[in-house]
Amino acid sequence: MVKVMFRDKEWELRAGMTIRDAILKVGLDPQAVLAVRDGKLINEATILGNGDTVKLIAVISGG
Amino acid sequence: MKCRKCGETAVINMRQHKLALCEEHFLEWIPQQAQRAIQKYRMFGPEDRVLVAVSGGKDSLSLWDVLLRLGYQVEGLYIHLGINGGGYSDSSLEYVKRFAAAREGATFQVVDLKADYGQSVPELARKTYRGRKPCALCGLVKRHIMNRVAYEGGYDAIATGHNLDDEAAVLMQNTLHWQTGYLARQAPVLPSVGRGSLTEPRLVRKVKPFVRLYERETAAYAIVRGIDYIYDECPHAVGSTTNFYKGLLNQLESRSPGTKLSFYLSFLEARREGLFSGSGEALELNECEKCGQPTSAPGLCAFCRLWVPR
Repeated sequence: MVKVMFRDKEWELRAGMTIRDAILKVGLDPQAVLAVRDGKLINEATILGNGDTVKLIAVISGG
Repeated sequence: MKCRKCGETAVINMRQHKLALCEEHFLEWIPQQAQRAIQKYRMFGPEDRVLVAVSGGKDSLSLWDVLLRLGYQVEGLYIHLGINGGGYSDSSLEYVKRFAAAREGATFQVVDLKADYGQSVPELARKTYRGRKPCALCGLVKRHIMNRVAYEGGYDAIATGHNLDDEAAVLMQNTLHWQTGYLARQAPVLPSVGRGSLTEPRLVRKVKPFVRLYERETAAYAIVRGIDYIYDECPHAVGSTTNFYKGLLNQLESRSPGTKLSFYLSFLEARREGLFSGSGEALELNECEKCGQPTSAPGLCAFCRLWVPR
């Protein structure tokens, strides 16, 4: 399974899907968030593996 | 997905450019894009002194970082607005301090609205806006202080971190309401022009070097570059109309990559060709009786009127 976090929310998704699909699956807009795994930015086509934890970061923030 | 330039794993795919880049090449690409905008729109040159308005957010800190990397003469300005009982502004300031402490040559000054003028933005809003969202008032305060500091400090330009999403959202609002006056004035550079198109020395040129970058890219730059920025939105901006329009534009972008870029750049082209010429009347500027800054109406400027007891 893959853990996806966004602000104070968390989801458990199956491994093997792309970041883009994961973002759509949790109801967010791929244009509006970026994905970080192990502190590194990852592209939307990255396939998520078992045990991955991905933090989604809203691009509209601050200021 | 591989970097188009070197074949390493890409960290970002910019669908509107059909361009995927790795960390190294993305960190090169962003300053190149900023430099391109600076030159294309004649924002400033290496000999100019630039005041960068910094809020502690990703756009302004990334802009400051990029301008330092490009070798421009820049200094930061943080305006403490007293948001959220001062807590949000205090936190934002801490991010600015940490950024500056970690970079050679990153100097900045702070203007504290409550300490220097007597009231914070929320306090002013309660008095003058009767509880409405203080965003318009906040914009007025920031514009006034930025201009005053830049003028008094002899800066050639004020740079702000506005990105393409900011501009496209404003453009959408102005278009839906056919605000032709605002459309005529929306541009990557707001020149220091006053009466009869003559240079108005008290009005410092405002420039937006990130105007061709998506918000997604400025956020990605901050993450990849390791810039720690304030992630929480200003509490007054949550649910704002601008953010609503940004969401709508992102939906369009998802369906049709490049929509935001095309919308904004086509507008600039139409504007350049004279489609939005405003009323055609030269802006008549007066000198504020109290602070001396340029103002459209005689008497006190809008900022000084805020402080008149009611």
